[in-house]
Amino acid sequence: MSQIETFYEVMRRQGITRRSFMKYCSLTASALGLGPSFVPEIAHAMETKPRTPVIWVNGLECTCCSESFIRGAHPLAKDVVLSMISLDYSHVLMAAAGHAAEAALAEAMETHKGNYILAVEGNPPLNEDGMFCIVGGRPFVEKLKEAAAGAKAVIAWGACASYGCVQAAKPNPTQATPIHKVITDKPIIKIPGCPPIAEVMTGVITYMLTFDRLPELDRQGRPAMFYGQRIHDKCYRRPHFDAGQFVEAWDDDNARKGYCLYKMGCKGPTTYNACSTIGWNEGISFPIQSGHGCIGCSEDGFWDQGGFYDRLTNIKQFGVEANADQVGLAAAGVVGGAVAVHAAISALKRAQKKTQDKVEG
Amino acid sequence: MALPSSPIAAHDVAPEDLATVSRQTSIYVYEAPVRIWHWINAAAILVLCVTGYFIGSPLPSMQIGEATDQFVFGYIRFAHFAAGMILTVGFLGRIYWAFFGNHHARQLFYVPFWSASFWAEVWYEIRWYLFIAKEPKKYVGHNPLAQLAMFFFITLGVSFMIVTGMALYAEGAQAGSLTDTLFGWVHTLTWNSQRLHTLHHLGMWWIVIFMIVHIYVAIREDIMSRQSIVSTMISGHRTFKDDRKD
Repeated sequence: MSQIETFYEVMRRQGITRRSFMKYCSLTASALGLGPSFVPEIAHAMETKPRTPVIWVNGLECTCCSESFIRGAHPLAKDVVLSMISLDYSHVLMAAAGHAAEAALAEAMETHKGNYILAVEGNPPLNEDGMFCIVGGRPFVEKLKEAAAGAKAVIAWGACASYGCVQAAKPNPTQATPIHKVITDKPIIKIPGCPPIAEVMTGVITYMLTFDRLPELDRQGRPAMFYGQRIHDKCYRRPHFDAGQFVEAWDDDNARKGYCLYKMGCKGPTTYNACSTIGWNEGISFPIQSGHGCIGCSEDGFWDQGGFYDRLTNIKQFGVEANADQVGLAAAGVVGGAVAVHAAISALKRAQKKTQDKVEG
Repeated sequence: MALPSSPIAAHDVAPEDLATVSRQTSIYVYEAPVRIWHWINAAAILVLCVTGYFIGSPLPSMQIGEATDQFVFGYIRFAHFAAGMILTVGFLGRIYWAFFGNHHARQLFYVPFWSASFWAEVWYEIRWYLFIAKEPKKYVGHNPLAQLAMFFFITLGVSFMIVTGMALYAEGAQAGSLTDTLFGWVHTLTWNSQRLHTLHHLGMWWIVIFMIVHIYVAIREDIMSRQSIVSTMISGHRTFKDDRKD
């Protein structure tokens, strides 16, 4: 496949200087936590390796992953990342439409069989034979399975592909299903988030291109370098958490002082993501920095845990909807009441027996 | 005035006292490690419940000083983790003693599920608590109903709290830590650790319910049953109030 340009060639063709290219390589190396010694390795890989073909399919989703992706913060991300991968098919970004687009997909799958990365945004609904999501005149689930068959690896973009997200919220009428339950024979790397951070998306792709393998994954299949720690572990408001200084109401003085949002239901302590280190929109801010708690959008089932603003999440089993304290207090109340009644009856019985013994004795 | 032939040398002992004492028997049931474990465990559970509740529903914000000089919530969490570690080490020690202590030390860890007489006696105990049976049976160790409750509340309950608690602690200790290596897998059962927090929180109430029942029943049986209960966990001796057969 010598006709495929290398990343470096594409960059140069697009008028990017060698200086900017090296800058990109070192930024990428530090973003991936690799250290300066890996900069030449990344540069070398980009200079010599042909671009990896990527097929990007969209199922049941809102396109926020694509929107995030095209906002990659580094100036090169927009120009280069989209060129450095050979993005052979993407609804959102490709110029072609209709039959031409579908033909491009078929051709890419044929030419690069076994070599392309399948990037999946959204998920397939399985109910009614997949009729709730029709792409190119066919159920998305069919297209997904076809595309996955020839893929080298699969990227699950966002909470939709990774976990199901809001379209899988109870009662999930379309039976929206995360892709790892449909594609079972390929390595899947999950990049959850609603959407994932742009630099995380480009960083993962760069890693896969540079080293020709998946990055180290955690137990859930997320890249450990970005999802290895909780928002909470690196949150700049953490000192207020340890001090016990919390925002008590949205408009109180503590909110203005920037105290910890734990009591306002911030899910930072249970959410694995890089928001508190990388930030959003060129590192300008992230939800907690702008005064709103984390909603835990990169965690499984975040959409079905009761209110975003409750510290204790709801339990929905057995037809009740209450938090652990409400359930526990009710149970303890019943038991405590039963104990009190039982104690009263015991005392009465004992008194009765004593009187009887006296009479009989 | 002490009687000359009295086996008890207390000077205020009366003939009617001695009439009772001659019938008393006592058996050494709970060896020192079991008793020490019981009270350390009780203290740890009390600290864990109180601090655990405040971790889920923190106290009102305090303004003692700048955040750097103040560690209120940090200390609450520290107390929780420290008590949790003590509970864990104590529980492991208790398991060790189940192997090396007397046979009463093993009763906590199993239910004689296939023994028909066990279930018959459980039923008898239930009848006693429902005020149907006139008199309870005498037991050296736990009565069958108590054994069943201990198994579900303490053996299973505390194990559950240790495993889920360690898994939650592993989140702070982070990947690669000992707790994460040993207990991190628990997160693959619930995925979103918010769910694990909720389960751990429900577990607290399970233990609270146990505390209510346990303390009530221990005191009630100390008064109403035919044997000592509360003092047995202090001295280790089970005394009986009568020597009639069951």
